[in-house]
Amino acid sequence: MERLIALIFLAIFVDNFVFMRFFGICPFIGVSRKIETAIGMGMAVIFVMTMASLVTWFIYHLILEPFALQYLQTIVFILVIASLVQLVEIVLRKVSPALYQGLGIFLPLITTNCAILAVALLNILEEFTLIESIVFGFAAAVGFTLALVIMAGLRERMEFTSIPKAFQGSAITLITAGILSIAFMGFRGMMSL
Amino acid sequence: MSLIKQDLTRGIIHENPTFRLLLGMCPTLAVTTLVINGLGMGLATTFVLICSNLVISAVRQLIPDRIRIPCFIMIIATFVTIAEMLLRAYQPDLYAALGVFIPLIVVNCIILGRAEAFASKNPLGRSLIDGLGYGVGFTLALLILSAVRELLGKGTLLGINIMGSAFEPMSIFGLPPGAFIALGLLLALMNVVSRKLGID
Repeated sequence: MERLIALIFLAIFVDNFVFMRFFGICPFIGVSRKIETAIGMGMAVIFVMTMASLVTWFIYHLILEPFALQYLQTIVFILVIASLVQLVEIVLRKVSPALYQGLGIFLPLITTNCAILAVALLNILEEFTLIESIVFGFAAAVGFTLALVIMAGLRERMEFTSIPKAFQGSAITLITAGILSIAFMGFRGMMSL
Repeated sequence: MSLIKQDLTRGIIHENPTFRLLLGMCPTLAVTTLVINGLGMGLATTFVLICSNLVISAVRQLIPDRIRIPCFIMIIATFVTIAEMLLRAYQPDLYAALGVFIPLIVVNCIILGRAEAFASKNPLGRSLIDGLGYGVGFTLALLILSAVRELLGKGTLLGINIMGSAFEPMSIFGLPPGAFIALGLLLALMNVVSRKLGID
């Protein structure tokens, strides 16, 4: 239990996926203009990432490992994630149209969010158990959402400030992310597994 | 002739994946602590980009339109696996340094982007040149960013001391925040340069 709590803290703050490990930078820059869309994207990522951790763990330990097919892991995982996203989209549309309305437009984007594939690969690399994998996937996605929402809040304010011409657009966004990253470095060394 | 030149330079200058399109940011920021890592990632991505562009262009008439994206991803993943095996066999140090970012080349948006926007619509030769141009553009951008970070963060280039012993390394450029800040400053510089040169 203690290890799980440590894992959650680690994945959200110490090794934040966006600021410390650089996973999922494209959606981080792309959909962090408004807080509402940031939250929508974050929820979709939390949902898919937790599911992906579960499914890829089973696929790796029940299919790839017994048949010594580990070298196929990249191909299999990306295919599994792509179909999972599709499946989630179909199920949501049928079961919960309201949730689908909220998450719908973000779901297709998630396939190419490298954070999802990264979680699946890291779960294998770190030799996590099933429970640890699911918890890690969930916490990493929460960390991603946290980063996205903080950034969106800052960018909403930046709309009304005057920024030097050369820095307008992505440049100022990246430098802001750099400063946030320094803040997150404060957690470094607090904890390790 | 002008068509070849146009296909080649598009990815390097006008649509440079890193500086102008901001695609494939994850490996760009993560592996550029050292020039050698940046170069390795750039070349590995170029290899995958050229091969996948070639194959996708060759089979473009056979792929049904509705399932083209999964097909592209499978082709890309195959070449990423080949690149991963080659690196592990012949460059174990680089393989260890790049780590999980080698399999993550699969989700590098530049590759899928070129497959969808160019290779699936154009003949073999042009797709090859297009892949080469984007690969070189990406590699150049990684080289510039990693050179800045290694020089400021360690005072070295490719492991050779450049700045002399009086230089106090700014270690933040080797750490995650330095990646964001260095790239942000470079983007601002590129904005100024391209406005001066009238590229847009």
